[in-house]
Amino acid sequence: MTIKNRHSVFDCRRIFFLIGGLEAILIRIQLWKPLNNFVSADMFNELLTMHGTTMIFLAAMPLLFALMNAIIPLQIGARDVAFPFLNSLGFWTFLFGGLLLNVSWFTGGAPDAGWTSYVPLAGTTYSGDHGVDYYVIGLQIAGIGTLLGGINFMATIINMRAPGMSFMRMPMFTWTVFITSALILFAFPALTVGLAALMFDRLFDANFFNPANGGNTILWEHIFWIFGHPEVYILILPAFGIISEVVCTFSRKRLFGYSSMVFATMLIGFLGFMVWAHHMFTTGLGPVANALFSIATMLIAVPTGIKIFNWIFTMWGGSIRFTTASLFAIGFIPTFVMGGVTGVMLAAAPADFQYHDSYFVVAHFHYVIVGGLIMGIFAGLHYWWPKMFGRMLNETIGKITFVTFFIGFHMTFFVQHFLGLLGMPRRIWTYLDGLGFNGLNLISTIGAILMGIGTVAFLINIVITAAKPRNAADDPWEDGRTLEWAISSPAPEYNFAQTPLVRGYDALWKEKMDGNKGMTPAEPLGSIHMPSPSILPFIMSVGLFIAGFGFMYHNYYIGAAGLIIMFACMVIRSVKDDHGFHIEPDELQGKGVKA
Amino acid sequence: MKFRRRRGDNTIPVQVEGNHKLEIVWTVIPIILLIILGVPTVQSVFGLSKDYSKDPDAVQVIVTSHQYWWEFEYPQFGIKTAQEMVIPTNAKIAIETKSGDVKHSFWIPALAGKIDSNAGANVNTMYFEAPKPGVYLGKCAELCGPSHALMDFKVKAVDEASFDRWIAALKEPVELPADPAVREAFVSKCLSCHAVGDQGGMIYPNLTGIGSRETVGGILVNTDDAKYANEGTVYENLKRWIEDPDKIKPGNGMGKVALTEQELDGIAKYLSELKLDY
Repeated sequence: MTIKNRHSVFDCRRIFFLIGGLEAILIRIQLWKPLNNFVSADMFNELLTMHGTTMIFLAAMPLLFALMNAIIPLQIGARDVAFPFLNSLGFWTFLFGGLLLNVSWFTGGAPDAGWTSYVPLAGTTYSGDHGVDYYVIGLQIAGIGTLLGGINFMATIINMRAPGMSFMRMPMFTWTVFITSALILFAFPALTVGLAALMFDRLFDANFFNPANGGNTILWEHIFWIFGHPEVYILILPAFGIISEVVCTFSRKRLFGYSSMVFATMLIGFLGFMVWAHHMFTTGLGPVANALFSIATMLIAVPTGIKIFNWIFTMWGGSIRFTTASLFAIGFIPTFVMGGVTGVMLAAAPADFQYHDSYFVVAHFHYVIVGGLIMGIFAGLHYWWPKMFGRMLNETIGKITFVTFFIGFHMTFFVQHFLGLLGMPRRIWTYLDGLGFNGLNLISTIGAILMGIGTVAFLINIVITAAKPRNAADDPWEDGRTLEWAISSPAPEYNFAQTPLVRGYDALWKEKMDGNKGMTPAEPLGSIHMPSPSILPFIMSVGLFIAGFGFMYHNYYIGAAGLIIMFACMVIRSVKDDHGFHIEPDELQGKGVKA
Repeated sequence: MKFRRRRGDNTIPVQVEGNHKLEIVWTVIPIILLIILGVPTVQSVFGLSKDYSKDPDAVQVIVTSHQYWWEFEYPQFGIKTAQEMVIPTNAKIAIETKSGDVKHSFWIPALAGKIDSNAGANVNTMYFEAPKPGVYLGKCAELCGPSHALMDFKVKAVDEASFDRWIAALKEPVELPADPAVREAFVSKCLSCHAVGDQGGMIYPNLTGIGSRETVGGILVNTDDAKYANEGTVYENLKRWIEDPDKIKPGNGMGKVALTEQELDGIAKYLSELKLDY
């Protein structure tokens, strides 16, 4: 729960990313030629479902959360997040939710109704085995973690900013995380409600989504996308934040149009809730709904465009360094623009009738999620790695990662636009010869393997770097602008020995320009309060994990036992007073303290 | 223009905060572009939602999707067929989609956009036209189970006279197999679910005229000049399908039917000769 522990949690998140990537490569191998028999039709549906679910819920979001955890307290000059216990609980529930989901591979079949799990296909009539049960229960447990994380970051950013760090002086990454946390707070309850209803349908024969008994399947689509569309903004906004930080640092320039960036972020977050039905243009909602949701969706292009122009003008006239992080950020911009353009194309409902559920859509959302979010995460990891682990990643391997991943990415997904326009539906296990799909699919598969090589290069980089001494400077890029670069790398467990005084936007840069060495402390040196580590969040999550299994297999004693474990931990947590411990000033001497 | 930083270059670029004029320009121009894009979008959304389901000049087709086949009912003519939709080239085709089980999506990429066939009472409509005669490939566009990828159908656009002949041919009675053993097997094992002419059950695909269709099961392509695994003559394809339907389309509702080699041969031969003349 201390900062050190927060960093080590990276490992399991990376493993989920690798599992999701492996599933993607298996999918691409199956599709490299027509009528291939590399995997069976059932297996293919399991792979595509688990690829989507794993990448969204267990890889992309947790990797972002890991970065937020490491960086947000540093950027706002805080010693820790507002609720360290919740933070730890969120991590463990995410991990056990993810484990539960992946256990399904070994117990007779993973979920196979798509990451959207549309009913009735995901109902018991058409998915009789336990696959979708794992989806429903695993995601509910993992979702608790995300919701807690969102609440925690909101509370942290609102309450724990250092003196002088007003809202309009917050770094862009902090701003985007703040808006993302608000989106999580409003979007995840919708998912929880939908999953709970589907769970009742599956486990206890309820009829929320059963048309034969008065239920409605369209209801699931609405609930899912009321969560699902904000979810894409939950993912992409922090990536926008990362890009803003990286572009500024490596251009040695202030972010162009900071306040318009902030308001564009808010506007994207707000509009993100108004557009969910653009995933349902072909469901048959009627022309009024389709027209309204088309226009609302197109509107999002305006604030997104503002952001793109601001990044370009931040680089304009700057003194640009092409490090790996910087390359990923610069590569992000044109890639994301392409994803945005196809987004506007898809927003026009009459055109969407043709694009919908074809490979055109697959290309579009991989451009925004992989080309946008994953490139953003790569940029962020290379940028903040020294701050998190005290070691610089190897730049040569980093550039190899960038080149293979970037070329592989465009090879994989650019051609998929044309596959979609040629009439290849998404989520198909195989295709006939003679339809003109062969060559493009082969290119796509080769690209996917290149992306795999890029990812492996990154892993090699991590391993090589881990063997090097911890010698990263406090401000290793030399042009750090924000507070995290004012303290040692890696950050000490208390982050700031003395809370810094923030005198303007780009707090550290301002001190540098004024000729000061580092931040001015806002308080005298005193004893630092730290939270005690606790095993309870782990045990609570194990309890939920056991309860999930119990209910899934209709063994209510085990289910009840799991819940009792969880509630017992909650009682212990409430009854036991734990005031944490203090680090005394004499322990801090010689660690960058200014008296 | 210089932008790349030289080693040891310590100059600090001008720290620009922003530029109101520029920012207004790149906010207003996209808004204007969106209005230009939005007007035709709204127009065609309403244009495409026109309802031809009561129009006597339009050909009405009720499309019912099943795991993993398509049923086409022509209420104006009182006929029902499967897997191959025959339409006239000179008329609007008014589609009504429903589903017999899970959600599917009806898509003929070369002719029109797609429309979902929802489970339950949420019936959808759309319309399209096929001005040129020809055979068009149709697809299911919504994940519907293991054989989602194999749920293809064909649309045959023909001139009005051919279309009328097709309607008439579909209504004519059909002779059962001549060989008594084959007939026995066909009636007891096939007609319990399938129909030919006015005989048999209607819950699974209608087999009338199956010999002249483009495909067997939507996914085995009929041709005399086979080039890849899924191509073959009608007879070969029918035999291959009846022998083990699950091998062709995993998870489909037919299952293996217990037939002797002679019965299998006889039924495949009989069905391959069941052609419609139009």
